[in-house]
Amino acid sequence: MADILIYIATAVAGVAFLLALYRFLKGPTAADRVVAFDTLTLISVVFIVVIALGEGRGIYLDVAVIYALLSFLGVIAVARYLERGL
Amino acid sequence: MTISGIIGGILMLCGAAFLLLAGIGLVRMPDLFNRIQAGTKATTLGTLLTLAGAACLRPEWTLKLLLIGLFILLTNPISSQVLARAAHRTGTPKTAGTVDRLADDREERP
Amino acid sequence: MKKASAVALLFATLIIFWLLLNGSFAADIVIVGIVTAAVIAFLFRDGLAVFSEFKGTPRALLTALLYIPYFLKELVKSNLHIARVVLTPSLPLNPAIVKVRTRLKSRMGRLILANSITLTPGTLTVELDGEWLYIHWVTAEALDIDAATASIVAGFEKYLEVMYG
Repeated sequence: MADILIYIATAVAGVAFLLALYRFLKGPTAADRVVAFDTLTLISVVFIVVIALGEGRGIYLDVAVIYALLSFLGVIAVARYLERGL
Repeated sequence: MTISGIIGGILMLCGAAFLLLAGIGLVRMPDLFNRIQAGTKATTLGTLLTLAGAACLRPEWTLKLLLIGLFILLTNPISSQVLARAAHRTGTPKTAGTVDRLADDREERP
Repeated sequence: MKKASAVALLFATLIIFWLLLNGSFAADIVIVGIVTAAVIAFLFRDGLAVFSEFKGTPRALLTALLYIPYFLKELVKSNLHIARVVLTPSLPLNPAIVKVRTRLKSRMGRLILANSITLTPGTLTVELDGEWLYIHWVTAEALDIDAATASIVAGFEKYLEVMYG
């Protein structure tokens, strides 16, 4: 039962991923792409957690931590760049 | 099949629903600032719910999942705020009819 | 005295973070964590407004605990609000960037306020300028400073004033 729910949840998150990917490709401004990228990263974190559940390996959660961290730094870096160059 | 397993599954499904909401918001919203709003809020809650669901399914992972959740809760609003500020300063177009007190104030004392 | 409690708070936070990251209470891990946290807390004994500006009174701690459920409630409300806007076919938007004022004096209090506003119904902090905050509001209900302040800021300010002042 829980397995089926997780499958459905993954499929729903997959649709969300595609929608965010559409915004990422379409833009129109750089900032739009960054927002879409941030969303894509968080959805990926969810995917990583689902994979960790499926494989039963807690070590994957560390990957999710680092992924969230890198996304945060990435967004801040791009925002700084947009404001006044690096 | 346990109660906590089903609760975990349902929480994950709710989380995924909010992620979907964020996706729809990103596509439908007319300008950047509205997109940031939809993107940040819905992904934050969506991710938190998914992590809570995973914690129900694997209680021994709770601490690490809590850490990821806290991290997202603290960083996500900061990054969207910084991005919104950068976008506003560089003059990203706003949808028609947006009242903008910040731009008004900037003009008064540049 | 104020400084000692700030260092102690930083030390405690670092230890908790370390233990969460490791998810284990084995002796070697705990010892390494204590040594590292002590060194970092010592190096940053003058900095980190997060801890030195926190008032640390029992009332402030209690308020911090009460703040968490209040914040989570606002977060859920905010998502339902966004859901309603996004899923309505006509997309009922009335966006505006409004100016509000905060009574909070500490930098940390203002930061938490700005972050909380970003995660609550329909509002996003765009710019901070001293006591003024500029807030993007998806469905703006009020444009003048006082009405917008009452509607957006007042709820959180009540809590943060006790915690940070």
